[in-house]
Amino acid sequence: MDWLFIQDIFRQMLVGIPLTLELTVVSLLAGFVLAGLVQALVSSRHGIIRRPAAAYVELFRGTPLLLQIFLIYYGLGQIDLLRQSFLWTLLREPYWCAVLALTLNTSAYTAEIIRGAVQAVPPGEIEAARSCGMSGLLLRRRIVWPIAIRHGLPVYSSEVIQMVKATSLASIITLNEITGITYRLASDTYRVIEIFTVAGFIYLSLNFVVSLVFAVVERFLNGHLADRRT
Amino acid sequence: MMLPLETLQLLGFGPGGWGLPLLSAAGVTVFAAILGFGLGSALGVIGASLKLSRHIFPRLLGQTYTTVVRGVPEILIIYLFYFGGSLWLTGIMNIGGFDGFYSLPGLATGVIAVGVVSGAYQTEAFRSAYLRLDRGQIEAGRSCGMSRGLLLRRIIVPQTLHFALPALGNIWQSALKETSLLSVIGLTELLRQTGIAAGSTHQPLLFFSVAAAAFFLIGRITGRLVRRVEDHMNKPWRR
Repeated sequence: MDWLFIQDIFRQMLVGIPLTLELTVVSLLAGFVLAGLVQALVSSRHGIIRRPAAAYVELFRGTPLLLQIFLIYYGLGQIDLLRQSFLWTLLREPYWCAVLALTLNTSAYTAEIIRGAVQAVPPGEIEAARSCGMSGLLLRRRIVWPIAIRHGLPVYSSEVIQMVKATSLASIITLNEITGITYRLASDTYRVIEIFTVAGFIYLSLNFVVSLVFAVVERFLNGHLADRRT
Repeated sequence: MMLPLETLQLLGFGPGGWGLPLLSAAGVTVFAAILGFGLGSALGVIGASLKLSRHIFPRLLGQTYTTVVRGVPEILIIYLFYFGGSLWLTGIMNIGGFDGFYSLPGLATGVIAVGVVSGAYQTEAFRSAYLRLDRGQIEAGRSCGMSRGLLLRRIIVPQTLHFALPALGNIWQSALKETSLLSVIGLTELLRQTGIAAGSTHQPLLFFSVAAAAFFLIGRITGRLVRRVEDHMNKPWRR
């Protein structure tokens, strides 16, 4: 084992971590807001609103992320209207294309997670709240959301891990996050085993931290059930 | 804007049309996905039996496999097999007296990479399906004098498969989408072929949309097939 080399590549890859995290966090936050919106549309009573929203979710879940990235990075430039608008100053940057693709992608998956979590709220709880006179935002804030969050959190934690992994595709449109640096190192030195072991170790550590954070939050939220745990 | 007629010609099968290359690339995508998923099933069965073992060493091995593969980006695993495989092949060829650099064929590398990733997820699917199996059924089979092989064939495999099927359907969809990543190691599947077409016609919007539609349709059709198998397997439970 050549420890000097491993230290060297480890230090080089560390430089990519902030970008990986930035892509993950920005698109997760934006994606969550968008998902809430999409979910509200999907649960609409009117077909004209519901159907396009449902199609959006299906389309983004049914096609590869890399294709979505290409469609945005290469395809959007073809729309003249967009090229002339101020949005083009953002969308000609690979960074914003990656953020946009990741955001749209995760919003579709997250909308499904929110839907499942809200559906898992027992109808009896909602009926009880209604008979106490709650409705609208109060009902949601006090009853639906607290229960839904506890149901959705474990599923959402794996979506977050998927997103940490998904940011690696940004390297294909020239972003130098962890995978971009890894690829460059691998094609420069061809010392494949060391390089991919170190890169894999970094991603595993990141995802370990993510699952740890979620475990702590879940434990905190389910504290009232602690004595029921076997 | 482009005229619809030109669009039709670009996607058609006549001269200047990309219909045939796109169609065969779609074939490559489906082929790679099927082989990768199949390899993943084999690895999944092995992985699940490792994780269900009574002994600590195989359990640890299975646990390491699923944790590492599911915690690392797929593209990294594809690169690893691509670079690693090529290096290995070059080494062998150079020993054999053939100088120069050799790279593994994209399809073989891709199928192995997709299979290894899919196998980690299928391990979990098979494992949790096996754990849902009613212990009493195994005991009942044994008390009827069934041998281990017969028990496996008549009781364990059919029920485990039945429980695992919904999860396997989802993993199949992921494997199908994952094949698109093989474009980065030069396999001419759907995404790479549409990329080539987009580049040479300067119509990325059109061609990538076509690829999206193709992926979506393939996923839809195969999803429907899976559901049909599910319905068929649900028959004994229906009342």
